[in-house]
Amino acid sequence: MSESAAKDTPEQAQFREHCRQWLADNHPGEPPVRLPQSPLEIMTTEQLDYLQAWQKAAYDAGLVGCDYPEEVGGGGRNDCQRVANAEMIRARTPFLPNVIGLGMAAPTVFYHGQEALKQRLLPRLFSGEDIWCQGFSEPGAGSDLASVQTFAEKKGDKWVINGHKVWTSLAHFAEWMILLLRTDKSHKYDGLSYFVVPIRSALGKGVTVRPLIKITGETGFNEVIFEDLEVDDSFRLDELGKGWQVAMTTLAHERGAGEKVTPRSGGMKSRSTHSSTSSSLIELARQCQRDGRPASEDALLRDRIIRQVIREEGLAQNQRRARVAALQDHPARLPLQNKLLSSEIAQDTGAIAMEVAGASASLYLGDDNAPAGGQWPMAYMNSYGMTIAAGTSEVQRNILGERVLGLAKSK
Amino acid sequence: MDMSQPDNFGFTEEAALLKESARKFLADNFPTEKLHALVADDPDPERMPGAHWDRELWQQMVELGWTCLAVPEAAGGVGMPVVAVAGLVEEVGRAAFPCPLLATLNATYALAACGSGGEAALAEIAGGTSASLAVTGQDGSWSVGDSAVKCADGRLIGSAWFVQDARKVERLLVSAQDEDGLGLYWVAVDAEGVDLRPDAIVDLTRDQAHVVFDNAPAQRVSGDAAAALGAAMPAIWSLLAADIAGAAEWQLQTTVEYVGTRQQFERPLGFFQAVKHPLVDVMVQIDQTRSLLYNAACACDTEPAAAARYAHMAKASASETAAFASGRSVQLHGGIGFTWECFVHLYFKRQKHSQMLWGDAAWHRARLADMLIGTAA
Repeated sequence: MSESAAKDTPEQAQFREHCRQWLADNHPGEPPVRLPQSPLEIMTTEQLDYLQAWQKAAYDAGLVGCDYPEEVGGGGRNDCQRVANAEMIRARTPFLPNVIGLGMAAPTVFYHGQEALKQRLLPRLFSGEDIWCQGFSEPGAGSDLASVQTFAEKKGDKWVINGHKVWTSLAHFAEWMILLLRTDKSHKYDGLSYFVVPIRSALGKGVTVRPLIKITGETGFNEVIFEDLEVDDSFRLDELGKGWQVAMTTLAHERGAGEKVTPRSGGMKSRSTHSSTSSSLIELARQCQRDGRPASEDALLRDRIIRQVIREEGLAQNQRRARVAALQDHPARLPLQNKLLSSEIAQDTGAIAMEVAGASASLYLGDDNAPAGGQWPMAYMNSYGMTIAAGTSEVQRNILGERVLGLAKSK
Repeated sequence: MDMSQPDNFGFTEEAALLKESARKFLADNFPTEKLHALVADDPDPERMPGAHWDRELWQQMVELGWTCLAVPEAAGGVGMPVVAVAGLVEEVGRAAFPCPLLATLNATYALAACGSGGEAALAEIAGGTSASLAVTGQDGSWSVGDSAVKCADGRLIGSAWFVQDARKVERLLVSAQDEDGLGLYWVAVDAEGVDLRPDAIVDLTRDQAHVVFDNAPAQRVSGDAAAALGAAMPAIWSLLAADIAGAAEWQLQTTVEYVGTRQQFERPLGFFQAVKHPLVDVMVQIDQTRSLLYNAACACDTEPAAAARYAHMAKASASETAAFASGRSVQLHGGIGFTWECFVHLYFKRQKHSQMLWGDAAWHRARLADMLIGTAA
């Protein structure tokens, strides 16, 4: 609904045809290993190899980074990423593993990096050959992100970095990190600067990556410790002291409110993937019993399930309406709701699914009798990652209240 | 993925202009102070039913052509898409303007689904005549097809209930049992045998009545009321959702303004997250409703097979919005919000009326559940 072939420009129509053709001939097929529910829980090199090969193939076919200029490894197209995304999802492809690179690092480097840096970094980012991670949060800097203490000290023409980052998804596979740090301790916001840092090549030489274990039992995120890591000044994005402004570009894209459309694929259905959607919930309700009848016949559960159907449709229609200028009062009002809504809808759907499953909701991944292979309890627990990461739901409500409604700042 | 709806909901530049001009017209001519002065003259909870409205301003709206926008071109109207009409209705809701626009539009969509039988009545509407539906029984069931009115030899006998803005309209479109089944009848409000009995309602911005027919002369416009009303309902639900969304936006902005100026603990109230976050939630809920209602209206225009499904979603969401925005608007105004002098009660009451009108949220979700999950055994 939100994406219609009927309204394609000639360029989009031709590109859509190309995507369809290529996807029909090049779908990567069933994965050889169990895949996690999202790229943020990639744990093994087998999982990563399969997904990286998929991203490389999709990039080589022009489906990833298509709206970026050719000089930086993009496709040089106009508003075509949406088309590629829709076609990939329609074809039920696997997801793209370099999710932080594509969604956050690419637009940030593109809008704030020097030309030579863009040309060096972006092609291997788009192809997925270089995995990226994000160094923002710290033990003492969560919702109050601007209080980061990781410090870069100028020594000659180099910077020497010391500090501690946490919740760093994909750091265990990442070549590069986007890094928000402090270059001046006397100014909270204006003392921040922004770098891209090669971390894989520096492992054991100033960079330590340690896995953190999530509530689900999975890994996928890490803590990263910098001890006298030397980096070149050419890895700095934008001016010294402009780190906060650069971080806003990153966060806007992370929350789905940025200039660039993030390349996305997904939708692959197999025993190894799961989506917390209302249609999966309806399926579950048909399979589970309640008082000797399908749970899908229980009036109260039906009502709760349909609420989720409506909220999902509302989110999809928000995204459609966000592109109709005459039907909105404030340009950031709908985009800034995306992350809040999608994470809370998925969380509530997971919670309802566990009630629908009743006693069987107690069964986890390792139990053969678990409904849907135990994916629902895992999804429900993982949903808290989504309502906490990238600015908690509470921070999102502050941002919406302050930037869109103009209420006084809560800080 | 559905490919048949246009990306922009079919909301053309013409629709945007109509919406913008309606907003300006109502802001210029009908500020909330005027609404309050017009409708809130008698706080007595046992007051006689009133029907306060600005006929002159309404007449200007008729002359602007707003009442014939939905009338098909073949019947002398403008034939504007539902999505454009929804934009207009959103603005009327924002102003909480007491008038029979929604009632007349509802009758228009039902008549437009009557085939050739509806043409003469539609031509009257195109000429500026107002109308309302009289299709509901005393139990307030919103199921299309319920009627306690009978018709024999072109004369109506019995009662219709919950007729909206009955004292402002000139014609009624009545569903009545006749020898062939359930038909739709067009009757003049001032005809002999039509007795309007005003309901004492909470909402000050509308009037409502039950209508007793005692051999009232009526003209049959359709032999299948259930089919015509069924076809019209998605547009009716979508437009009421638009009215609710517009009114809710007024509630939101008015409350935001209040908590931005009112100081407690040496700070504006809006600084406190216990105030800020519920207001954000109201905004989020309004936006869901707006997005869903334009989708539903667009489906009425371009994808009729899906229109009922999407319109159920829109009105279910709108009913939640009406309740939530109303509750928060009074609560966050504090003591003053609980008084007759503060304007928020006007919208609170209008929204509570709209919340139940043509089905509340749970009713619409139950219909959706039947469509999407299957009927429960």
